[in-house]
Amino acid sequence: MNLHTLTVHQLRDKLRAGDVSSREATQSLLDRIQAVDGRLKAYLWLNAEHALAQADAMDRGGIARSERLLGGVPIAIKDVINVEGQPCTCGSKILKGHTSVYDATVVHHLRQAGAVLLGRTNMDEFAMGSSTENSSWGVTHNPWDLERIPGGSSGGSAAAVAADEAFAALGSDTGGSIRQPASLCGCVGFKPTYGRVSRFGLVAFASSLDQIGPFTKDVPDCAVMMRVLAGHDRNDSTSVPQPVPDYAAELWKGVKGLRIGLPKEYFIDGMDREVEAAVRAAIRKLQELGAEIVEISLPHTDYAVAVYYLIATAEASANLARFDGVRYGARVTGDDVIDMYARTRGAGFGPEVKRRIILGTYALSAGYYDAYYLRAQKVRTLIRQDFERAFEKCDAIVTPTSPEIAFRIGEKTDDPLRMYLSDIFTISANLAGICGVSIPCGFTTNPRLPIGLQVLGRSFGEETVLRVAHAYEQATEWHTQKPGL
Amino acid sequence: MQYEAVIGLEVHVQLKTRSKMFCGCTTEFGAPPNSQVCPVCLGYPGVLPVMNEEAVRKTILTGLMVGSQIARFSKWDRKNYFYPDMPKNYQISQYDLPLCVSGAVEIKLEGGGTKKIGLTRAHLEEDVAKSFHFETTSGVDFNRAGTPLMEVVSEPDLRSPEEAFAYLTALKEILISGGISDCDMEKGQMRCDSNVSVRPVGQKEFGEKVEIKNMNTISGVRRALAYEIQRQTAALQKGEKISQETRRWDDAAGRTFVMRTKEYAHDYRYFPEPDLMPVVVSDAMLAEIRKLLPELPEAKRQRFVKQYGLPEYDAGVLVADVTLAAFYERAAQGARNAKAIANWVMTELLGKLAEAKKTLDDCLIKPEQLAKLVALIDAGQISGKIGKEVFAEMFNTGKSPDAIVTEKGLAQVSDSGAIERFVDEAIAKNPKSVADFKAGNEAAVNFLKGQVMKFSKGKANPQLVGEILLRKLKGS
Amino acid sequence: MSEGTGTFDISYVAHLARMHLTEAEKATISAQLKDILAYVEKLNQLDVSNVEPTAHAMPLTNVFRKDEARDSIDPAKVFANAPEQARDLFIVAKIVE
Repeated sequence: MNLHTLTVHQLRDKLRAGDVSSREATQSLLDRIQAVDGRLKAYLWLNAEHALAQADAMDRGGIARSERLLGGVPIAIKDVINVEGQPCTCGSKILKGHTSVYDATVVHHLRQAGAVLLGRTNMDEFAMGSSTENSSWGVTHNPWDLERIPGGSSGGSAAAVAADEAFAALGSDTGGSIRQPASLCGCVGFKPTYGRVSRFGLVAFASSLDQIGPFTKDVPDCAVMMRVLAGHDRNDSTSVPQPVPDYAAELWKGVKGLRIGLPKEYFIDGMDREVEAAVRAAIRKLQELGAEIVEISLPHTDYAVAVYYLIATAEASANLARFDGVRYGARVTGDDVIDMYARTRGAGFGPEVKRRIILGTYALSAGYYDAYYLRAQKVRTLIRQDFERAFEKCDAIVTPTSPEIAFRIGEKTDDPLRMYLSDIFTISANLAGICGVSIPCGFTTNPRLPIGLQVLGRSFGEETVLRVAHAYEQATEWHTQKPGL
Repeated sequence: MQYEAVIGLEVHVQLKTRSKMFCGCTTEFGAPPNSQVCPVCLGYPGVLPVMNEEAVRKTILTGLMVGSQIARFSKWDRKNYFYPDMPKNYQISQYDLPLCVSGAVEIKLEGGGTKKIGLTRAHLEEDVAKSFHFETTSGVDFNRAGTPLMEVVSEPDLRSPEEAFAYLTALKEILISGGISDCDMEKGQMRCDSNVSVRPVGQKEFGEKVEIKNMNTISGVRRALAYEIQRQTAALQKGEKISQETRRWDDAAGRTFVMRTKEYAHDYRYFPEPDLMPVVVSDAMLAEIRKLLPELPEAKRQRFVKQYGLPEYDAGVLVADVTLAAFYERAAQGARNAKAIANWVMTELLGKLAEAKKTLDDCLIKPEQLAKLVALIDAGQISGKIGKEVFAEMFNTGKSPDAIVTEKGLAQVSDSGAIERFVDEAIAKNPKSVADFKAGNEAAVNFLKGQVMKFSKGKANPQLVGEILLRKLKGS
Repeated sequence: MSEGTGTFDISYVAHLARMHLTEAEKATISAQLKDILAYVEKLNQLDVSNVEPTAHAMPLTNVFRKDEARDSIDPAKVFANAPEQARDLFIVAKIVE
């Protein structure tokens, strides 16, 4: 029985019925990982004994057979989220050997839901990147073409789910780091509204943009994961005290009568032709299903990347200041304390992180704050207002997730700016704080690589996003396709 | 040419809250190192701060007490700099929209009269950790990191070390009376930095200012300022220029020293703290906090009269000084003889303090110890006279009355056997007095009594002595 | 209004960030940042004179916690990742005032 190919729902059905045990499901994943991860390198850390012990506990305690939403289901976790007792390197040398001493709130939620915490997945260092090439531990390979990137920064989680090395996985999204890898790996990746899911325990990259979200094989799984992860947290002052709806309840409502907005600024020249074709086909499909298509404008789209790379790097420069070798992390001794800091950070951080720290520090420095950081925060307001106005005219916005498909490993590493520009479609959602998902909507022909469709919703409009995504998914078969590993 | 000093003081006050500013770790003093910490105040990856409501309220209350404008909208900012005592290498503080703006503290001038010292602002931030220095290394204790710290910045309105002293004393009284902080400088609950400059009298522009750090007591501040003003004046008189620098006060040496210049020290790159939401102070909140404004002196006086059964005059003396009143109340609380305690405070305590030119802060006697002393006397364990001896020792050493009585063997002798022996001795050695007494001179017994007290080194219970003496004199 | 395009002193910024960069890194990053800073200049095209900066995505205020103390974490956890510790302190090279 190829248990590892099941979705969370399918697995839960079998677990509840007693047809399958959590141990069997976990073992099936471990076997799969054994078979393919040597080529994919999605996982950074896996403790088979520990995972099986958890699974056994779920079986013995009756949790696998219970109604708990994730009872007995193994879930993979991006290496940027704290799990007590597990290593947490954020893909960086500076945290080599670091062990978490507390659980992130989302991990607490997973435990309460009966999940088995399987292992930790690869990522761009400190979530900075769009290809997972910035990981200090080597790149993860795209399951659809091992020569290509899986996207980033949550490349490991996306690849793991796409390759059936995990039933579902957690990632984090600051500028598209869940949606873009989901698009490039052909799975479902969801970014919640800012404040919907607690950030406590998520190693911060850009505090005003970060959100934790799920990778799943289909939309109903995504709804379940969101139900488990979402909720107000007293430990996170930015988490919003809004009740968590039953996300699965509205899934089947269909799109009849819904207005889908198409922002003209997102259908630009220079997009990969097959990507454009697939997305347009998806839009036609939504029309067939009864949605009304509305043309909208997000006039400040062109400024989003600039705004993002000033705000995110500024916040990151402060968030990463704590990595100094005093209380944790790798230390390089120096002549005095300041020397120690400089050497520790110089040796511990990779080139992309250093570049962003320098940029962020500069954007905040005396004489430049007004011109860079402050101005960026003002333009951010304009971008947010664009979406507020757009959502008066439509219920959801549909765009390509990425203007391009997975490129070859090493193809873009020399040109950071070019890399940044590929985030153009995902970045605005983080700046505006709204929610969004990427779902598979096709493949390129040669090579055969996944194409992603992005559905964006207003703040706390997760149900509508899931509803649109589900309607499309039900009418197509992209989500059932598996890479030939 | 005559020069005058221009002084501004920046006072950091640890707020008297149960928990830290952004996490639930306790703020109790004196615990073993790194035993009051958590991932948040250690700055672990992935942690987030959550505001302590009480700390915000105490800061607003302070503002109300000093007549500040309370910001209706206040926010948090990150102050970025690297130092081992900084868990995150940024300090969460308030930059452009602090909780309190302006205000004033009234001080009494030495020559008489009062002066209002303006305040620029008061804001909230988190305290840093504590470092210990060894030969080749330093060690950091994060117990203190994250303690709520209120920074009170004065306008450069002070003109002399004495005014600075008066300002700090007045500010401390206000903060203690409001329950804001215990302001114990020895425990680091109140820390003071100063900006001092000197200019020719009559000149409007300020001179180059120098920052002075490491002044660890209020009198230390006065000494440091006196030195620094003199140093700057002398330099200017010689035609030298004052460089804007940071200097460290060394109380033992009695001088300030230039601190190693920290290059690029001041680009803090302030930006709004994304992890914390702003504070909006509503009318309702202000009204609630206003109710916590401390007792005004008159009301306090009436209460002392009623609660402790004191005459008006005594109550007046005690409430005149907030620290004194607090001391008295702590001693009198739960005590049988509140009035006796008041007497001791007003006469003996104030007397000794004046004599030694000390303030109540420097006093080694704790209120509970004074209460114990009075209780010992009332219980007849020592005489009132011996009590004064014990008190003196308490004042000099800070030891408890029990310890002193035991150490010096001052316990009142009430053993009639022992007293009888002393009485016999006194009678035997003073036949003349005995004769006088028998001849009708009742007063002669006093001399004999004195002799008994002398033999017993003052420890004999006077009442018993009187009884036994009379019995023996009448008997024989 | 291009006050932003002043000279970019990478050594100064690296010092502010307490991060050692080799000469090669300084050269590479300077060049790359020059391009990026030129790119972000486009933000100057917009008139933001009447626009409030976005401080927070959600308009929450007064997010407080009650002033209650709870236990510290286990000493074992405190020093679990400490590069150097002694006498219950985190040890670093001597701090010179």
